[in-house]
Amino acid sequence: MAFFGKRILSFRNRKKDTPGGLWDSCPSCKEMLYLKEMKEAQGVCTHCSHHFSLPREDRIAMFADAGSFEEWDGDLTSVDTLKFTGTASYTDKLAENLLKTGYKDAISCGKTRVGGFDVGLGVMDFKFLGASMGAVVGEKVTRLIERSTEARMPVLLVCASGGARMYEGLFSLMQMAKTSGALARHAKAGLPYIPILTHPTTAGVMASFATLGDVIIAEPEALIGFAGPRVIKETTQQDLPDGFQRSEFLIKHGLLDMIVHRHDLKQRVVDLLNFWMPESSQRPVPVDGPMGIKQEDVVEAPTKNTPAKRRKS
Amino acid sequence: MSTYVLPFEKTIVELEKKLDELRSFSEDQDLDISSEITKLETKLEKERVSTYENLTAWQKVQMSRHPLRPYTRDYIHKITTKFIEIHGDRLFSDDQAIIGGFAYLDKQKVMILGTQKGRDTKSNLECNFGCPYPEGYRKALRLMKMANKFNVPIITLIDTPGAYPGIESEERHIAEAIAVNLREMFTFSVPIISVVIGEGGSGGALGIGVSNRILVLEHAYYSVISPEGCAAILWKDRSFAEDAAEALKLTAQHLKDSGLADGIIKEPLGGAHRDSDAVAAKMKSSILKHLAELQRMSSQELLEDRYNKFRAMGVFAETPPDESS
Repeated sequence: MAFFGKRILSFRNRKKDTPGGLWDSCPSCKEMLYLKEMKEAQGVCTHCSHHFSLPREDRIAMFADAGSFEEWDGDLTSVDTLKFTGTASYTDKLAENLLKTGYKDAISCGKTRVGGFDVGLGVMDFKFLGASMGAVVGEKVTRLIERSTEARMPVLLVCASGGARMYEGLFSLMQMAKTSGALARHAKAGLPYIPILTHPTTAGVMASFATLGDVIIAEPEALIGFAGPRVIKETTQQDLPDGFQRSEFLIKHGLLDMIVHRHDLKQRVVDLLNFWMPESSQRPVPVDGPMGIKQEDVVEAPTKNTPAKRRKS
Repeated sequence: MSTYVLPFEKTIVELEKKLDELRSFSEDQDLDISSEITKLETKLEKERVSTYENLTAWQKVQMSRHPLRPYTRDYIHKITTKFIEIHGDRLFSDDQAIIGGFAYLDKQKVMILGTQKGRDTKSNLECNFGCPYPEGYRKALRLMKMANKFNVPIITLIDTPGAYPGIESEERHIAEAIAVNLREMFTFSVPIISVVIGEGGSGGALGIGVSNRILVLEHAYYSVISPEGCAAILWKDRSFAEDAAEALKLTAQHLKDSGLADGIIKEPLGGAHRDSDAVAAKMKSSILKHLAELQRMSSQELLEDRYNKFRAMGVFAETPPDESS
């Protein structure tokens, strides 16, 4: 598989991601969206502020100071260790998802700079097998946390997940413990950890690193929970309350610290890091870099309109 | 002996019945049919050995859910003395799906806790069929913190279909309750041993399962998802649970072979419920043996041991960057 260049694949993938061509309708407000404009608005509907899922490169670019992201462990690959016998082979599923996304597994991790602070950043990608956590996701998250602990860096994890990866059996469940153990050490070292919960974050990821933050931030209207709504409905035979398991429901029930509009996310993280981290650890923020994203584009986008005005009430 | 027959036990139960009839017939009629009886006894024994020693993954799952199987409270009574039960999470309630307290294993002081199933409708309603709410995990955490404070080893017994997937569970953040237990269990400097005695149902099991030693009863299972749940997702049909059970490699034997379990506690032929005293005795001696090993470690070594144990779990490939271009 080595001959598949990552760049070629992500290019091909990006074309696939815009099925309607230049325009598409927003699933939330049904307004027609000029996709280029929506993409420039970091995957936020320009009419109703609906948050679309964001390709991982865009998510990284959104947080990383220009050109500062250095990927770690991008070559880790999942293995069909159980020789899973089922409807489809795990190996085929992995190959299919590699082709679909251009990545070897459901998370990209690395060191980056956010507002001048060195940060360990992980970004989960729901497009890859529902961002389920198997040994690769668990290992990459654990290495990210361990290296960040060693380098005295905060950790920022953009979460999205359908849960543990069934194809890896109990090994996948144990990644919950592994990652939580690494976070115990990171916390003991007095370092900040911020999980950012995006739509949807559930099950095994939710019951491990997604809920262990010093502060837990969520994007608006994200589905966040342990069990899926369908399972809960089937088990309890009860109607689910309005807005159940959405960010707005969970902040009311005391799980989340804040719901932050995507355009304000980076600034909010930087504000927190400014508060927590020693001033001496902050470096000057560069303006441009190989990511091709100008820093002011990322930071200034939200100030054009105040997000509160554009948000659905 | 048992009044509950699993599908694969039918032949055995029929033979047992026949043998009983033959015996009473021989007594009533004062006939010597001992050779027939011996023949049947041999046949029964053969059938039992061939069935119970070759259970499929799905049959083991059924065995692990056998309603006569000993539960956490049974084992606590059988293996410990002077059990002092501790109640409540001091936050919301006293979840009966997780019980625990201080006790003695011979002379050894321990904190023993575990998930608890019910045996009839009333007790099942009380303990929610062994599915803990968030308060169960928070109660467990409170007990374990207390054990750590008093430098007492922790024994956790696992037997749950899973954490309860209900509206209230979500409203009180069951995922967070489990996650906090996972993290905090890595910080306790006392030995921790967990024993899967029946069902090791996913995150609900792991929520009290971060330990230095993981022991599994011969017919217990430990899985990332229930076979039915897996079948519903991958096969789009719950009736494929048998295939899913096989695919998930969830039996004690598989877990031992893949290094996820440290030991298997053998059950009597036919399952733990056939002789619960015997299986309890085996469990006790196994716990004591592992405890003795762990007690030779310093607090720091125990923490490292637990961290390294889970750190090593997971199989993946890593292509060196120079080969991938």
